[in-house]
Amino acid sequence: MNRLTIVLAVIMPVLLNAQNVLIKNGTVLTITKGVKENSDILVTNGKIARIDKNISAPNGTSIIDATGMFVMPGIIDAHSHIALDVVNEATNPVTAEVNVGDALDPLDVSIYRALAGGVTATHAMHGSANAVGGQCETIKLRYGTVNPDELRMEGAPRTIKFALGENPIRVHGEGNKIMPNTRMGVEQVFRNAFSEAQLYMKDWDDYKKGLRKSSPEYNLRNETMADILKGNIIIHCHSYRADEILMLMRVLKDYNINRICFQHVNEGFKVAPELAAFGAGASVFADWWAYKFEVYYSTAYNAAILTRNGVVTSINSDSEELIRHLYHEAAKTQRYGDLTDDEALALITINPAKQLGIDKRVGSLEVGKDADIAIFKGHPLSVYAVPQKTLVDGQVRFDIEKDPDDTRIDINPNEKYSTFYETERNYENSGCLRGISEMLMQESYAKFMRFKYSQNHTH
Amino acid sequence: MKHLYIFFSLIILINTIIPSFGQQVKKAENGVFLLKNATLHTVSSSTYIGDILLKDGIIAEIGKSVSNPPNAKVIDCTGKHIYPGLIDSGSRLGLVEIDAVSLTNDFDEHGDFVPHMKALIAVNPNAVAIPVTRVNGVTTVFAKPDGGTFPGTGALIDLFGYSPEQMTCGSERVIMRFPSTGRRGRWDRRTDEDVKKDAEKALKNINDIWSIAVQYMKMDSASKADNQKWCTNNPQMMALLPIVKGEQPLFIEVNSKNDIESALEWVSDKKLKAVFTGVAEGWRVADKIAKANIPVITGPILNTPRRDNDRYDASYTNPSKMAKAGIKVALRTDNAENTRNLPFNAAFAAAYGMGIENALRSVTLTPAEIFGVADKYGSLDKGKVANIIVADGDPFETKTKIEKLFIRGWSIPLESRQTLLYDEFLQRTPGIK
Repeated sequence: MNRLTIVLAVIMPVLLNAQNVLIKNGTVLTITKGVKENSDILVTNGKIARIDKNISAPNGTSIIDATGMFVMPGIIDAHSHIALDVVNEATNPVTAEVNVGDALDPLDVSIYRALAGGVTATHAMHGSANAVGGQCETIKLRYGTVNPDELRMEGAPRTIKFALGENPIRVHGEGNKIMPNTRMGVEQVFRNAFSEAQLYMKDWDDYKKGLRKSSPEYNLRNETMADILKGNIIIHCHSYRADEILMLMRVLKDYNINRICFQHVNEGFKVAPELAAFGAGASVFADWWAYKFEVYYSTAYNAAILTRNGVVTSINSDSEELIRHLYHEAAKTQRYGDLTDDEALALITINPAKQLGIDKRVGSLEVGKDADIAIFKGHPLSVYAVPQKTLVDGQVRFDIEKDPDDTRIDINPNEKYSTFYETERNYENSGCLRGISEMLMQESYAKFMRFKYSQNHTH
Repeated sequence: MKHLYIFFSLIILINTIIPSFGQQVKKAENGVFLLKNATLHTVSSSTYIGDILLKDGIIAEIGKSVSNPPNAKVIDCTGKHIYPGLIDSGSRLGLVEIDAVSLTNDFDEHGDFVPHMKALIAVNPNAVAIPVTRVNGVTTVFAKPDGGTFPGTGALIDLFGYSPEQMTCGSERVIMRFPSTGRRGRWDRRTDEDVKKDAEKALKNINDIWSIAVQYMKMDSASKADNQKWCTNNPQMMALLPIVKGEQPLFIEVNSKNDIESALEWVSDKKLKAVFTGVAEGWRVADKIAKANIPVITGPILNTPRRDNDRYDASYTNPSKMAKAGIKVALRTDNAENTRNLPFNAAFAAAYGMGIENALRSVTLTPAEIFGVADKYGSLDKGKVANIIVADGDPFETKTKIEKLFIRGWSIPLESRQTLLYDEFLQRTPGIK
């Protein structure tokens, strides 16, 4: 195979997918440039080429009639674990070297279900078992491919998961009897990891300057931490309590790091002025609370308070259920805090795009941006809105009129029905502690079985 | 002009400062309330513009024009919409404070057969989630135990009061979880054969319990007929008495298609009134449930499909498909702290085939019927309990604001810890310095 064929093999799928589409006569919610009534969007080669009234379709353009419909940018979920085989490398309080991008699962039917809720991109995140978790992957929901690499959003900045509070304490302090067992310990884990990386960088600098003869040992964990120090990786930090949010901002200041988005951040509202001053983002739930102690003092007005205090705020799902109706989750900020339509919609479009560093490409309907578009019957902030079509790079990936009953890609021919699950796939099994909670459940089930077994054999 | 400006500034300042001096916790207010010129969504009959008089905890009058009694507080509701309070037909509200803190969980007693565990005993009237829930227009919930095969007896409660006695609606229901052939979760890696064996064993178990309960009833009746004092201490069987006598329905939690079919068979040869709850796959066997004339409580509607090969909207469309087959359908959140999302669950059912009117009925009058309290709850009718919401629009619509709330005729402040945190932190003082 010569070089050209290799290049073609890489480019061909992209070319094949590149779409020319004209979306006619919809109410276009651009997010950044207002609402345009009865307008058309011309998509050329997967990008938005024009937004205007009465655009005539060039040859080879397929037409979508959006009369009476609302057209908005594809929804972006800044915190998700769909399309991942595994989530937690829970073997050490610091695992910066691992990357969920190595465990992408393009067959996950949750991808389709998210598309059916107007979502076009997600931040596939490592879990929250470790203070410094693994690196994350920003993906586009190109459902239909079986190639994990085709999910990646080319050119998206690198991100990494950090975690504060109960989860790393529970897993490592309570579980493994090592630091961190307290919020004091969590702080030291960060300082230690950054300081080690600084020493590591200095060793390499010295070596490059000829100040030392042998090269230092290559260490991917320290390399990654060093990349954070250099500003090449955006931190996304699982956090809840106000004091621990302040703690991490203090640590980051000491190490001169400023690219951070706090995740969940249920008590963000308490330190909204500090978050705004730091320039930190906040990616929150619309209304989840009380599922553990550190989210007991929450308020559904969190997003509104953060927004009004000038924090770039998004609403995320962290759930394969919520991700299907993020438009509804965003609308809750109108009941809880009176955000305007543009402010509410920004929470699931341009703001998460900013937090992921992809706002030049996606997050609003503007000429030159990727044609990631969701079309709704009913205003997307209405509870009665029904997503109709979802386009990723101009390609229709969900169409309510052509929606098949079974949308799995990997079908077991021996099964009439696939497995029925009694419990909903809620945050316990799909969220931040995925893997861990499964482990705990399996343990308790094993204990239960052992108990039953011993009972059977003692009399 | 400048003086005028200062004058008005002062007035605004005084108005903002004075109430905060010695400010008291807002309390519920009792009295006679006449709500005038509202759009009345009665649920039981038509929707029209009119007045409603609340007195002694009930709807004393309702009509196009109600005359004003001398002591009534008159509230102009022009442009507002009045609905009966929403009823969640299955929730753990009040039985759990914080999910992950097990000592605050009171819905799952040890033992597989504990029908005598009564939710009403453990419901915490001061649960922080209760005000959080009611400010969204949910005035009544069925608080239910969950866990083993017979996890206990749930209670229908109003979300205002300081004791179980003040909160109970007088309707309690025994719950049975039908043996399941589904998986408990992705971590459940039993072999198919083991799943089957476990379910068969569980089925034998409930059959044994049922036959003992029938025997118990016979002994109980016989001893009563002989006017004998029957000395017994079997609270489990006592709890099942009204069920085997057919006086009270048994709430049977059952979800998958196969299990629903088994449950229909199990119910068919017994003298038993049944209500099916959960019923996630009711849409697959809707005709059979309808034929057996068994009412259904289903939800949450905002839920993922239970099988990977199901349509993405399987849980959204389930209630409408069952309703269309002729099943009486009520909705539940099956949640605790976010029971407040009942109206949004109903709205999704509405948007995906049920229609707003039917969805509204499924969280008002239909649950009242299923719980045997339709004479007191579920609609705006004279003589019914004054559980009422006043909203600036459709209470299912996300941006709608609930503006007034009455439970048992008490005007309830629209306050919860979550609104108080908003008031405190929207503009935090001191700010950053």
